[in-house]
Amino acid sequence: MGMNITHDTIAVRVRERPTELIVGLITTLFLADLLLKLQGTTVLLFDTHILGGSIGLSELFTYVLDGLIVGIAVGLAGIGLSMTYSILNFANFAHGEYLTSGAFVGFSTAAVIAGGSGIVDRMLLQSNPGLELLSTPIALTAGLIMAAISTIGLALLLDRLVYKPMRDAEGISLLIASIGVALLVRYSIAFIWQTGRYGVTGSATKVTILNLVTLTTHELTLLVLGVMSMIGVAIMLEFTKLGTAMRAMADNESLARVSGIPVEQVTRLTWIVGGGLTGIAGYLFVLESGTIAFNFGWINLLLIFSAVILGGIGSVYGAMVGGVLIGLVDKLAQVWIPSDLTRAAVFVVLIAVLIVRPTGLFGGVKTA
Amino acid sequence: MSTSDFRSRLTGLPDALYVFGLMAGLYAVFTGLTVLLNFELSGIVNTLRAITYFSAVYAMVVLALNLHWGYTGLFNLGVAGFMAVGVYTMAIVSGPTNPGPAEIPGLGMNLWVGVVAGVVMAALVGVLASLPALRLEADYLAIVTLALSEIIRLVLNSTLLQEVTVGGATFGTGGATGLTVQNNPQTPVTAFFQSGPGSALTDVAMGIGIDRPTVVEGIGYAIVLVVIVGLLFVFIRRIATSPFGRVLKAIREDQVVASALGKDTRQFKIIIFGVGCGLMGLAGILWYGSDGYINPLSFRPNITFYVFVALIIGGAGSNTGSIIGGSIFASVLFYLPQFLEQNSTPVLDGIQSVLGGSTATPQTIIDAGGALAGLDLTAFLAYCFANISSLRFIGVGLILIYLMQRRPDGLFGHRIETAASIPLTRGDTNE
Repeated sequence: MGMNITHDTIAVRVRERPTELIVGLITTLFLADLLLKLQGTTVLLFDTHILGGSIGLSELFTYVLDGLIVGIAVGLAGIGLSMTYSILNFANFAHGEYLTSGAFVGFSTAAVIAGGSGIVDRMLLQSNPGLELLSTPIALTAGLIMAAISTIGLALLLDRLVYKPMRDAEGISLLIASIGVALLVRYSIAFIWQTGRYGVTGSATKVTILNLVTLTTHELTLLVLGVMSMIGVAIMLEFTKLGTAMRAMADNESLARVSGIPVEQVTRLTWIVGGGLTGIAGYLFVLESGTIAFNFGWINLLLIFSAVILGGIGSVYGAMVGGVLIGLVDKLAQVWIPSDLTRAAVFVVLIAVLIVRPTGLFGGVKTA
Repeated sequence: MSTSDFRSRLTGLPDALYVFGLMAGLYAVFTGLTVLLNFELSGIVNTLRAITYFSAVYAMVVLALNLHWGYTGLFNLGVAGFMAVGVYTMAIVSGPTNPGPAEIPGLGMNLWVGVVAGVVMAALVGVLASLPALRLEADYLAIVTLALSEIIRLVLNSTLLQEVTVGGATFGTGGATGLTVQNNPQTPVTAFFQSGPGSALTDVAMGIGIDRPTVVEGIGYAIVLVVIVGLLFVFIRRIATSPFGRVLKAIREDQVVASALGKDTRQFKIIIFGVGCGLMGLAGILWYGSDGYINPLSFRPNITFYVFVALIIGGAGSNTGSIIGGSIFASVLFYLPQFLEQNSTPVLDGIQSVLGGSTATPQTIIDAGGALAGLDLTAFLAYCFANISSLRFIGVGLILIYLMQRRPDGLFGHRIETAASIPLTRGDTNE
């Protein structure tokens, strides 16, 4: 069979995969346009603006940097989703709420520890506690730990009450149940913390690295912790017994079961690892953006789905790369379309990926 | 009498009786509530009008979704988007060319042209979306359709198409500020009761104490909607019992078998996706169009989940179940909380007169918890009333989880129609 492939002409390949060619052409077109814009050249055809225009290098650089930061946050948030998607075999529509709950518990804890008057107001985030990495490091660290612990607790509780009785159900039934979980958790948060958008951080100190990039300490924390968590999970999946068991379950659950893998235990550990990471991701998401609202996880859910599917479900590296690419699309799309439509551009990319290459860039496992 | 006995006895009844029985029960409950709250006659009638209206519009969308999910097994999470396409197209096509100041003009066509255009546009968007999307498996289809619905909402919300001029005609979506729908499906009904033959009816209603003409017009519109639901039911019944419908059910049961039997399953799926989306567009027009004002915020995915919950309550696959699920959801889960919120002051006063305590609303959950700990149930309930929209979603979530765990068939899903033209069971059909 390999022989045939080597003898394929370009014409045959185009005929076999026309959509990939189209995607390639569109991408090339956008890149060419971007280069022309950077040069400040405008290409006209019959007096119509076809390509080019102008954009400053520094403006582009800002977009790329913003995109990277958003991308790391999305990638980090995507790891947990990717794990549950591949190992437990369903698209968890409540994933956004795990982010939100982690962030709310984390920042309430941090606000209380940071001290000051009105403990109730602080706990409910009614007044901005002005958290900042360099001035309130202990409070922020405690918040981070609480974000992870509380989300693990929530994930285990929901698994026990909702998903465990439905272990044998099909992926789509679990998906529908997870929509119920999403509504339940999101609006429980709204019931407790109300529906406002609250500021939680003070103005963060700016750090300049190598005279090149200026980042806030919060963005830097997100980048460092995000990349560290991703590498940690990748190592765990690759080299530990638990990781092997997880990958075995993702490939074929029945086979894993007959091979003596304690499936129920691995499921619980998946929720622990995935939940902890997701809580941390939600916390860092809010640390970077500075504000928190009961629906921020839900609003970003499709963005995270996009990253996970683009990277390939089940692949940690995929979630990472997918996240960064999605972040870049979200920010760079401003070069071409109004900024209130960049999210729509991300969803277009999501749809395109699902149609052209549903296994994603890193060829994740196939799900139901 | 055991449950199965009860059920088999119920199964013998004609379907229309279920619907009438349910509506009669709902009317009785809401009449009781409104009488307790000392409503005037027009208020009572208006409440019954509201549950009829919401039941009818929900029943319409649920019936359309049942074609996708119940009959064909297509998991379409884009309901809100298709409704938006329908109603926005209608509003743009039949909007007046020279509206008042600060209003966005439309294309100035006849209302019915607009309605047809809206339905056709929703169906077209559905077909276009289905061409690539239907190759995907269920959960991917869910994500794609949800993303599509968000793309539609974001585009409508964007300044990009707020007001555009193409070939001399100016029109637009109004962006985030929304669009006034001067020419909407309720307009002819209103005209009928204000100046048409119906004005005599209005006079009669005024005579017996329904002193607001808008209530009479609303009742007229609700009756029109109920008739449309009936027609839709018959239409879908015909699709379902036709050879075409049998193939749809076969696709739901096992797509591979259906295509092995020589059916072009892809083509069937595309057609039914288009038909369902067109009907969603129609429902969007009749529902949101009649408000006289549309706004992208109305088309967030929550509305899709509402419709899904209604379908699952009724039981996917059953048309009667769709109508019943839609009515129960619309009246009990959707309208009742809203009704209680609007009347929270008298309701809380009533509770206070029984339980004592304070009706002052606690500002935070901690205060509310404190009130509860101090056995001041009234104050705690006041907090709940202030947050009733959150509680409604919590309830919807809990019901969805419960149904998926314990009763995935809903109320009528056990009657799911098989893909055969002859009964597959012999003799005794009781369970």
